[in-house]
Amino acid sequence: MTVSENNNEIDDFTGVETTGHEWDGVKELNNPMPRWWLIIFYVSVIWSIGYWVLMPSWPGLTGYLKGTREHSERENVDVALAAVNAERSVQMKQLLSVSSMTEIERDPQLLEYSMAAGGSLFGDNCATCHGAGGQGFPGYPSLVDDEWIWGGSLDEIRQTLHFGIRSTHPDTRLNIMQAFGRDGLLTREQISDVTEYVLDISGQDSDAEAAARGAPLFAQQCTSCHGVDGRGNQALGAPNLTDGIWLYGGDPSVIRQTIYNGRGGVMPFWTDRLTDEQIVALSVYVHSLGGGE
Amino acid sequence: MLSKHKFLEKHSLALVIGILITVSIGGIVQIAPLFYLESTIEEVEGVRPYSPLELAGRNIYVREGCYVCHSQQIRALRDEVERYGHYSLAAESMYDHPFQWGSKRSGPDLARVGGKYSDEWHRQHMIDPRSLVPESVMPPYAFLQERALDYSQVEAWLKANRAVGVPYSDEMIEKADQHLRAQVDPFSDYYDEFLAAYPKAQIRDFDDNPRQISEMDALIAYLQILGTMVDFETYEAEENYR
Amino acid sequence: MTQETNKPVTSVSSATSGGDVMGVAVILGIGLLYSLFAAARASDPLMQFHSFIFLAAFVAAGFALIVHVSNPKPKSQSGYEYGVVKAGVIASMFWGIAGFLVGVVIAFQLAFPDLLYFENLPWTNFGRLRPLHTSAVIFAFGGNVLIATSFYVVQRTCRARLAGGLAPWFVFWGYNLFVVIAATGYLIGVTQSREYAEPEWYADIWLTIVWVVYLLVFLGTIWKRKEPHIYVANWFYLSFIVTIAMLHIVNNLAMPVSLTGSKSYSLFAGVQDALTQWWYGHNAVGFFLTTGFLGIMYYFIPKRAERPVFSYRLSIVHFWSLIFIYIWAGPHHLHYTALPEWAQTLGMTFSIMLWMPSWGGMINGLMTLSGAWDKLRTDPVIRMLVVSVAFYGMSTFEGPLMSIRAVNALSHYTDWTIGHVHSGALGWVAYISFGAIYCLVPWLWKRESLYSKAMVEWHFWISTIGIVLYITSMWVSGIMQGLMWRATNEFGFLEHSFVETVAAMHPYYIIRACGGTLFLIGALIMAYNLYRTIRGDVRDPEYQSALAPFRGMTPAAAE
Ligand code: HEC
Ligand code: HEC
Ligand code: HEC
Ligand code: HEM
Ligand code: HEM
Ligand SMILES: [Ca+2]
Ligand SMILES: [Ca+2]
Ligand SMILES: [Cu+2]
Repeated sequence: MTVSENNNEIDDFTGVETTGHEWDGVKELNNPMPRWWLIIFYVSVIWSIGYWVLMPSWPGLTGYLKGTREHSERENVDVALAAVNAERSVQMKQLLSVSSMTEIERDPQLLEYSMAAGGSLFGDNCATCHGAGGQGFPGYPSLVDDEWIWGGSLDEIRQTLHFGIRSTHPDTRLNIMQAFGRDGLLTREQISDVTEYVLDISGQDSDAEAAARGAPLFAQQCTSCHGVDGRGNQALGAPNLTDGIWLYGGDPSVIRQTIYNGRGGVMPFWTDRLTDEQIVALSVYVHSLGGGE
Repeated sequence: MLSKHKFLEKHSLALVIGILITVSIGGIVQIAPLFYLESTIEEVEGVRPYSPLELAGRNIYVREGCYVCHSQQIRALRDEVERYGHYSLAAESMYDHPFQWGSKRSGPDLARVGGKYSDEWHRQHMIDPRSLVPESVMPPYAFLQERALDYSQVEAWLKANRAVGVPYSDEMIEKADQHLRAQVDPFSDYYDEFLAAYPKAQIRDFDDNPRQISEMDALIAYLQILGTMVDFETYEAEENYR
Repeated sequence: MTQETNKPVTSVSSATSGGDVMGVAVILGIGLLYSLFAAARASDPLMQFHSFIFLAAFVAAGFALIVHVSNPKPKSQSGYEYGVVKAGVIASMFWGIAGFLVGVVIAFQLAFPDLLYFENLPWTNFGRLRPLHTSAVIFAFGGNVLIATSFYVVQRTCRARLAGGLAPWFVFWGYNLFVVIAATGYLIGVTQSREYAEPEWYADIWLTIVWVVYLLVFLGTIWKRKEPHIYVANWFYLSFIVTIAMLHIVNNLAMPVSLTGSKSYSLFAGVQDALTQWWYGHNAVGFFLTTGFLGIMYYFIPKRAERPVFSYRLSIVHFWSLIFIYIWAGPHHLHYTALPEWAQTLGMTFSIMLWMPSWGGMINGLMTLSGAWDKLRTDPVIRMLVVSVAFYGMSTFEGPLMSIRAVNALSHYTDWTIGHVHSGALGWVAYISFGAIYCLVPWLWKRESLYSKAMVEWHFWISTIGIVLYITSMWVSGIMQGLMWRATNEFGFLEHSFVETVAAMHPYYIIRACGGTLFLIGALIMAYNLYRTIRGDVRDPEYQSALAPFRGMTPAAAE
């Protein structure tokens, strides 16, 4: 065993002295700290001090160091959004004054713009109910077909988006399908008969006898909303029952459910969440999905 | 200087005390100012304590661990503000014991989900998320619809919250039970009183089953209030740059 | 490599004999009374369930205590106390496998949600299983590894028997009781929702008691030491025990709804609560997953490599700078949030300053091998230890990088964080634990060698592939997700909906789940290997053939 000046053992392999202690056979070498390590450490400290000078940093008793750059993430994002909005302002203004689809179609740039904006908004706000492609789910209408419950013109779609349907907004579109069975307006047999009649006018297989019994009941109870021919009424938001397109489903059992328990799907209103311009862009997008009027 | 270290290596108590002092400093300097610096929490209008039913829903949110997938904190970044709405303010969670900001977004941020969907949508989505969003990885929570809400402790919930600083009044605590039931019943005698105590509270049956106050009722009531309290019309953005 | 050839410990007459029994009996008595009270008057069924678990545990412990006291055979107080270390090793393996298994389950849940969720079994939901996973791997697995190794290392490096007589056993069982309460709690829906501190107030109080006893046992052993100096591993263990106590107490301050109910509300709210939580959460990483495991590194690497620690001076400087700076870095979990920006700046800058102090540990670990690098080829155990230090270096480089505000804007909330976590957790924490346990089992059970070194090779390679699959898939998926969230189309509107990003992550979730499965398989191989080792079996012939390809490459035949 070689020994150093300090009387400590020298490690054979590295030639470095140890600290002279041993714990359960473990010793320590007295190597210096690696230079590069120390340098990077110092640099990181100096860099941090510089950063504190520039940026908001140390707290005190009444405030904190604001930093020479007066940096604020909140301000930055407000500024960034303001800049984005300024850039968009031309198109946005145009959108606000649009009143019909033809007007937009005449201006391909505006159309492209509103499709980009509308498509973007649709994904996060509407697709969860109406499906990623607008195809809908039971209870959530398809926006790609040309049946419209509340009307498919640009203005009507805008109106729907602004105020919602049976939403909590005071100006919401409102009308409900009563619960004819639960509320005792029709008996079970009558509901079966009306169901057969609805099946009949929607072109499905039905029991002709029962449908015939249902016809007068329909005329009595349902035409005020769904119209004498069952073709619906967009002003009231009553769906067309003859076109084979269903909001809830066209199976006899679903139709019976609808008549027995009533329906009243809710579409939220978007005035608080989206700007008027955004709503127009969305309306254009929805309109273009396939079935706009 | 390093040779002085031998002292600590020989005196374990000194070593322990040295460690304790070393590890205490950072926390004290960072956390304490948040309690006394006025710039920490913005002045806003509208933030109020949760109504008893909302609080019950929040308990369920915590119990089910929704925070492991959902954040409730919109960062001051352009894409987040565009996707989710105004960046979150400290004031919006000042009555949140504990906070629910989250650290992972397997699902979207929920800080402003209130009012975004209908109750029925939430109900169906909680029962079977993939029936509405086929790509979703969210678990189904059908049992919430079946389970009656246990609110036998509701007064104690409010009291415990008051003990940690939420300004519930005596009246609110006494009437907690009535207020909880009032929120699912638009025809209750407590309607006006309840609304006065908890402005902007949504009052209706949330789970499409008026015969039972279910855990679903509570959870949806909570989701529907999220992010809707602050009145941004009166919020002074510039004053709260910090 | 048996350790008994070392200097024998001088036998210590137990100063605590009797005192330890009394102390434990008092704690058990109070616990018993309280759990009886809580069981009888529980204000919710969850509390009732937990009271019964506590009650059963205290009754069982009481019986064990009576048997212990009435046993006429005097307990030997000489030599080292290895029993509790052995128990800790077994518990570590058990909880490790349980925790990895739950990790695999939740990974598959995210990959195939329709198969693994059960709508009327709330306890199978991701929201409840994820905390089960994190607590099982960090606290149940990691905690038992730390308790076991710290009890071993402190005895050997102080040449003193563990202090406190029965107290170390109380620490072991008390800690595992905490783990059981925490784990069952998550399943039935008891949680404070504070990440890595989810257990409710009564479990927190119980852990505080256990932890104080742990600190006393550890310090007591140091007080009895026969070595003039305290070894560096013990500085790290001490800072781990002391700091975790501080973090645990402050972060868990809460107001119970009732003394017989499971629910509580945290003392702090909103922004203050957020910073307190991440002051805790970041330092759970810093002091549980880092300093504690550095303690392991400082003993097991020099011991296994049979080489001296690289630099004493580096040990001192990196120890103090590490523990001082770590505490400040918490706000990097809250960038761009409602936390005031001054605090974010401090969090970011201190994280950057933390880089070199962290690497100090890596340097000391890796450079200790100088003169023994050839062992990497012949000894898979040392390879595991060294690779773990390399992963430590990697994740402590990645961490400061992710703390930079602009980088965090992208990484936060995404799978990138999950990739970072698991490069630290699988690569560093689990590997150093595996290495230490592979060393410990033959030492403790006095076996010549492990049952099969070939199986260690298999374990090493299978789980390394697993780790690589895990973290690379999460990097890709995380960065992709972050980029998709902020992508805009030509007019500056968001390009992708949130749900599109969920769909895009699907393939990576499958890869991650497969990686996790490999890692779990590796751990199962290890458990079998250890089981056979403990039984005293040796699979020598096969070991020889597995080594065949290496023969000739190195003159030094394995032991
Ligand atoms: C909570 C779910 C939900 C969300 C979110 C939602 N909708 Fe709806 N929407 C509905 C329901 C339900 C209806 C049908 C209401 C009814 O039954 O009359 C509807 C109806 C509509 C209609 C009228 C269809 C017609 O035939 O007249 C349009 C247009 C529409 N939604 C567009 C949108 C757009 C655009 C968005 C996003 C900004 C959106 N919806 C978000 C649920 C939703
Ligand atoms: C007060 C107006 C009103 C009356 C009267 C009324 N309905 Fe309706 N009906 C509606 C509305 C509004 C809806 C759409 C509900 C929704 O959008 O959620 C609807 C929906 C339906 C649907 C579901 C359509 C689909 O696409 O799934 C059926 C079927 C139907 N009604 C049949 C009837 C029958 C049969 C009667 C008479 C017994 C009747 N309705 C009477 C307003 C009415
Ligand atoms: C495994 C992760 C996971 C868990 C746990 C989880 N979610 Fe989700 N959540 C998602 C995903 C992914 C989405 C996006 C797809 C969708 O809408 O289903 C989502 C969407 C949502 C939405 C719609 C948000 C929006 O703006 O579109 C709400 C509300 C929601 N979750 C509430 C909850 C609640 C409440 C809980 C707990 C009881 C919960 N989630 C638990 C993953 C999860
Ligand atoms: C220098 C050292 C390190 C620094 C500066 C650091 C930094 C970070 C950062 C910036 C995050 C992301 C926070 C967010 O965006 O939400 C993070 C998360 C995390 N890191 Fe590290 N890290 C370091 C080392 C480690 C190590 C060694 C581990 C060991 C396991 C680890 C475990 C974790 C965990 C578990 C999280 C996730 C916390 C959560 O959100 O739940 N880190 N770290
Ligand atoms: C078989 C091995 C493992 C698998 C398959 C696995 C899987 C997972 C999964 C799927 C998640 C949830 C991620 C998300 O929410 O998106 C997770 C989280 C986590 N795991 Fe693991 N894990 C494994 C091992 C470990 C180990 C050994 C540790 C620690 C020692 C660990 C610590 C963590 C932590 C701290 C988190 C939370 C991260 C955060 O909140 O940011 N895991 N794990
Ligand atoms: Ca109800
Ligand atoms: Ca806790
Ligand atoms: Cu951290």
